[in-house]
Amino acid sequence: MTCTEFLALLDDLIDGTVSPELRTELQAHLGRCGHCEVIYNTTRKTIEIYRSHEIYDLPAGLRERLHSAIMARCKKCS
Amino acid sequence: MSTIQSMAGEFEPHPDVALVERVRGGDVGAYDALVRKYERQVFRIAQHITQNREDAEDVTQDAFLKAYEKLEQFQGNSKFYTWLVRIAVNESLMRLRKRRTGKMVSIDEDVETEEGSVPRDLADWAPDPEQNYNQAELAEILRKTIQGLPPGFRIVFVLRDVEGLSTEETAETLGLSVPAVKSRLLRARLQLRERLSRYFRRKKGPRETKLGETGMEK
Repeated sequence: MTCTEFLALLDDLIDGTVSPELRTELQAHLGRCGHCEVIYNTTRKTIEIYRSHEIYDLPAGLRERLHSAIMARCKKCS
Repeated sequence: MSTIQSMAGEFEPHPDVALVERVRGGDVGAYDALVRKYERQVFRIAQHITQNREDAEDVTQDAFLKAYEKLEQFQGNSKFYTWLVRIAVNESLMRLRKRRTGKMVSIDEDVETEEGSVPRDLADWAPDPEQNYNQAELAEILRKTIQGLPPGFRIVFVLRDVEGLSTEETAETLGLSVPAVKSRLLRARLQLRERLSRYFRRKKGPRETKLGETGMEK
């Protein structure tokens, strides 16, 4: 397997959507290619960082604003 | 009265189904529960698309109001969350179009860019790279980095990787084909990785590789 072939399957490997046979081949490539190993690890880390860090805080008061807007629209509430 | 679910006992209905039914029955408090559950996600999506905090707040309100008013049309064959996300995406795009009057805004155009599709920065990252920055610095780095992505890549990454939609759900939400979502996701991930490398790379390490000396097999 070449690096280009590995990269084409990088997402499937990360998302766990490869067959066991293909996974073995991909792992074998990782075992002998330091560059692809770095790309694989850092891409996974990229996803993990974005998943685990809140980069936009919920504005203060938004929840109350939503509640009021919905109550105003609720026909059965008046 | 027994339901199919309780007879079969094979799958639990999603908790949102019961909340949606209660709202349909006139219990507005149940809608409050849905708002509290998904307000963060809706706000984040709106912020990622509009790139403007006030617009994102307005979009969040409009999306929840629209979902409330259209709840009768919600079929229940998709998840309430993905249905809500679709409304939020549409509201965000409408807001963008309004703001940039006369200028077409599209997230469905394919972006011709080679950036990131061939990895260039092959330096390994520090073991826990985020530890080198405080929370505010890290959030700023992550915001700046994702804001630099083409909009069509950014929204695919956000829906698929941050908000947890499946590839199929992302495709349906954005009106894209599954192969288009996959292609954008790969490029989005690689571009973000490449850009974050500037901040997270190991300062000096054995794997430091200079441009043009990547040694990757074609």
